[in-house]
Amino acid sequence: MALDKTEVEKIAHLARLHISESEAEEVTTRITDILTLIDQMQSVDTEAVEPLAHPLDVVQRLRVDEVTEENQRDTLQQLAPASEDGLYLVPKVLD
Amino acid sequence: MEWETVIGLEVHVSLSTKSKLFSGSSTEFGAEPNTQANIFDCALPGTLPVFNEEALRMAVRFGVAIGAEIGKRSVFDRKNYFYPDLPKGYQVTQLDFPTVGKGALTVTLADGSEKVIGVTRAHIEENAGKSLHEEFHGMSGIDLNRAGEPLLEIVSEPEITSAEEAVAYLKKLHTIIRYLDISDAIMAQGSMRCDVNVSIRPKGETELGTRTEIKNINSFRFVEKAIYSEVERQQEILEDGGRIIQETRRYNADKDITTSMRSKEVANDYRYFPEPDLLPVVIDDEYIAAVKAQLPELPDARKARFMDEYALSNYDAGVLVSSREMAEYYEIVASKSGDSKLAANWVSQDLLGMLNKNNLEITDSPIQAERLATLIARIKDSTISGKIAKTVFEAMITEASDVDAIIEAKGLKQVTDSGEIEKLVLEVIENNPAQVQQYKDGKEQVIGFLVGQCMQLSKGKANPGQVNELLREKMQ
Amino acid sequence: MINSTVAEISAALAAGDISSVEITQAYLDRIAALNGDLNAFITVCEDSALQQAKAADDARANGDDSPLLGIPLAHKDIFCTKDVLTTCGSRMLHNFVSPYNATVVELFNSAGTVLLGKTNMDEFAMGSSNETSYFGDVKNPWNTECVPGGSSGGSAAAVAADLCAMATGTDTGGSIRQPAAFCGVTGFKPSYGRVSRWGMIAFASSLDQAGPITKSAEDAALMLNVMSGLDKKDSTSIDRPVEDFTASLNQPLKGLRIGVPKQHFAEGLSAEVEQAVRDALAEYEKLGAIIKEVDLTNSHLSVSAYYVVAPAEASANLSRFDGVRYGYRCEDPVDLEDMYKRTRSEGFGEEVKRRIMIGTYALSAGFYDAYYRKAQKIRRLIKDDFDRAFEEVDVIIGPTSPHTAFKLGSKSDPVSMYLEDIYTIAVNLAGLPAASIPVGVANGMPMGMQIIGKYFDEAKILNVAHQFQQHTDWHKQKSSAIAAANGEA
Repeated sequence: MALDKTEVEKIAHLARLHISESEAEEVTTRITDILTLIDQMQSVDTEAVEPLAHPLDVVQRLRVDEVTEENQRDTLQQLAPASEDGLYLVPKVLD
Repeated sequence: MEWETVIGLEVHVSLSTKSKLFSGSSTEFGAEPNTQANIFDCALPGTLPVFNEEALRMAVRFGVAIGAEIGKRSVFDRKNYFYPDLPKGYQVTQLDFPTVGKGALTVTLADGSEKVIGVTRAHIEENAGKSLHEEFHGMSGIDLNRAGEPLLEIVSEPEITSAEEAVAYLKKLHTIIRYLDISDAIMAQGSMRCDVNVSIRPKGETELGTRTEIKNINSFRFVEKAIYSEVERQQEILEDGGRIIQETRRYNADKDITTSMRSKEVANDYRYFPEPDLLPVVIDDEYIAAVKAQLPELPDARKARFMDEYALSNYDAGVLVSSREMAEYYEIVASKSGDSKLAANWVSQDLLGMLNKNNLEITDSPIQAERLATLIARIKDSTISGKIAKTVFEAMITEASDVDAIIEAKGLKQVTDSGEIEKLVLEVIENNPAQVQQYKDGKEQVIGFLVGQCMQLSKGKANPGQVNELLREKMQ
Repeated sequence: MINSTVAEISAALAAGDISSVEITQAYLDRIAALNGDLNAFITVCEDSALQQAKAADDARANGDDSPLLGIPLAHKDIFCTKDVLTTCGSRMLHNFVSPYNATVVELFNSAGTVLLGKTNMDEFAMGSSNETSYFGDVKNPWNTECVPGGSSGGSAAAVAADLCAMATGTDTGGSIRQPAAFCGVTGFKPSYGRVSRWGMIAFASSLDQAGPITKSAEDAALMLNVMSGLDKKDSTSIDRPVEDFTASLNQPLKGLRIGVPKQHFAEGLSAEVEQAVRDALAEYEKLGAIIKEVDLTNSHLSVSAYYVVAPAEASANLSRFDGVRYGYRCEDPVDLEDMYKRTRSEGFGEEVKRRIMIGTYALSAGFYDAYYRKAQKIRRLIKDDFDRAFEEVDVIIGPTSPHTAFKLGSKSDPVSMYLEDIYTIAVNLAGLPAASIPVGVANGMPMGMQIIGKYFDEAKILNVAHQFQQHTDWHKQKSSAIAAANGEA
């Protein structure tokens, strides 16, 4: 499947990536090449095949409902690019 | 043109587990920002989710309570979108295989009629954190304490046709959730939130009209008002020949209108796919049976029992079971006072009136069930009259001492000493010769006035039956 | 002694011939001498390594005789290590000092190993040549003009150049086995679920698995003994008893049924690699094994399916890198969207962005069924192929990579790079265990042979690998430069 630049821009926006004008063409070509590789799988009929999400047929373990964690705010906020009064700061959120 | 309204509700309920859905962080309400957000909740690289068994049990508990199909194999999915209060950049939810499938609720409407409203599904998902918009040099602050708390999203069928039905459905849902003890379900605190999907169509039309979604309404009353205002808006547009745009709207309570929200993403494309860090959740019949066996008596069953066991009217029983705490309170009053009907009146009128006036929950009532039962018992054994009982009740709100002590201290005990009553009667006869003469002339109804005079003289304490009897005797 | 195996160093430590501090210092000196050329390490933990070595020597003096006590190792920089920089080869995490340990790290710490440092890798493990690292290319110790393979190229190069006794790696589509083959060392990818993924920065959750990179199969067994086992913090970790993987290393191979997939000996395989693997198969026959051809019918679809599943999972796994809570944030964002887009565009390299784009596209509205769901179906077909083959054979053997290590910068288009993993990817899609061991040297570069086993049959693979290494010495071969550095002729 070939992609055009508008689609590439749409995907980039969904993924929150910025693609400059100068990159757009190459990115489009590369992704189109990869999609061609991927499309090889379309040659096989898989109508009756169950999708496989996990290699092993195992089920989810459950965790006992206990509080096991302590306050780690100071440690974790040392990693933050911007924080104040215990909050992570980001450019204004508009909704 | 005549229109009909079609409403579907999506209700988010915070499940009251001790720890989060996928981490061991506390879910306690009101903590300092980010003190209940561990490395998983902050989505540090390399961290992984492990599912909280209590969240599963609570969801199944809700499912069996509404007679729903239970998903024996539920699958978590990732819903992808960017938002600063969503640390992983995706929300873990259940898309195709929810834990709770189709079920139904029966609601009672104002005219006493009942309606069954279908529940499409209820799925388990993570809550997001909070964005705080106070000024931080033009920035927003993010608090992740709430991120990862377990939610149950309950989706109704689009079978609700009025604001009244919507509120009845919500109240019923609220009651059941409280009976099940799976959530505080306090709308004002956000532990129960409601999104309303509204569309209208010409009466008789079978196709659904274009719907709008009103997000995050936080009280029953606002749900009602938001629906009225949105239906009105849609009608005006359609009647003017316009079309409804499918969009998300917000209810502005001050202006009583709904307004369009700028959508989080221009075109939402959530790119759902099965969450590879979690495996399918599998439960068997035995598990479901065990949850069922532990269900408490639910509101509908309790209401039927109250009507049967306590000889209550449909209405009274309905009011009393509308909250689990009130039903439990009532049962204590009814059994300890020995008069279930009197108990019903006192609980549903006097007590409830007092609580509403003081903005109190029944669990915080200054008058405990045992005290109210004693008060009613004192009416029954003629220690006080029903009227004096109201005075005692008022006193009980502010005084913690026991009922008998209040009656004693205030001298409210009914006067039944015939000597005392005779004194009152003779005094009234002496002071009202004209009325006495009228009575003697056959004007029977004058007796009411004379009894009233005696009661007034006794400050309400005289036993009205005895007064009546003695008056007639003395006037013969 | 730095060119010795873990088993040999362990014996020397136990005998008191050498102390952990001495061997640790020897490796640190070696790193100081060679890492400038090889760029195998992103971070070297000189001070803490010597402290840990001292502690190990003290523990030994107090009677501790754990097999890996005091052995110096390196962790791939994808494992979170408390108080140590953990970059995942990315600018996005160039400043990320992890506040916690990965379970694998925790397990090695408990076993008393000494952490020399964190090894270079393809950014977020996305690559087959180690050229996508933000911290520069790793050079192949056999020929510094060649790539070491990827994504665990730093670990493979470090083991090959004797910069450490052993190293951890991770393998999503071949990222342990292919660099092991290119660098002439032993690499092992365990069954999916065998080793905890907690603290291992996720690339593709349903494919990622950690494993050892060592100088011998026996060393791999020693490492697996420590790494494996249930971890309740990882829901996909399997609750299955962990055997002593060294116990069956010496089982005779008589009657062993080896499957040879015809699809792995087809067009594209270089003559010298084919010859080396065929010679190895002949060696196995001498040891009593029976060779049978097996048919992995759908193996040609594995690369296609993989490049949907892995990028799709990665596109979501990498959404958390948003500049809010840790890691890189762009300068002076004008608004929220600008912060997201510039942070992610400046913080991620080209290959990572490309895969995020592919994954986002494959999951987007209208394409899910044609891509993601289709790939999951192909995944089942591939697993079924293996299940059928394993009804007839005990292990499957073929080449790890079609050829020897290629020149740095020689593969500029992504598709040709993706095809590098043609023999290894199917194993990840099926979740099977597999090793790569050295099987020969051609034109001065080593070659690898892949041994694939049944689910949780790690011990059998190790047995098969160890027996080969008992009868051949390809795993002991060093490049002339490294041999010279070791003071050998």
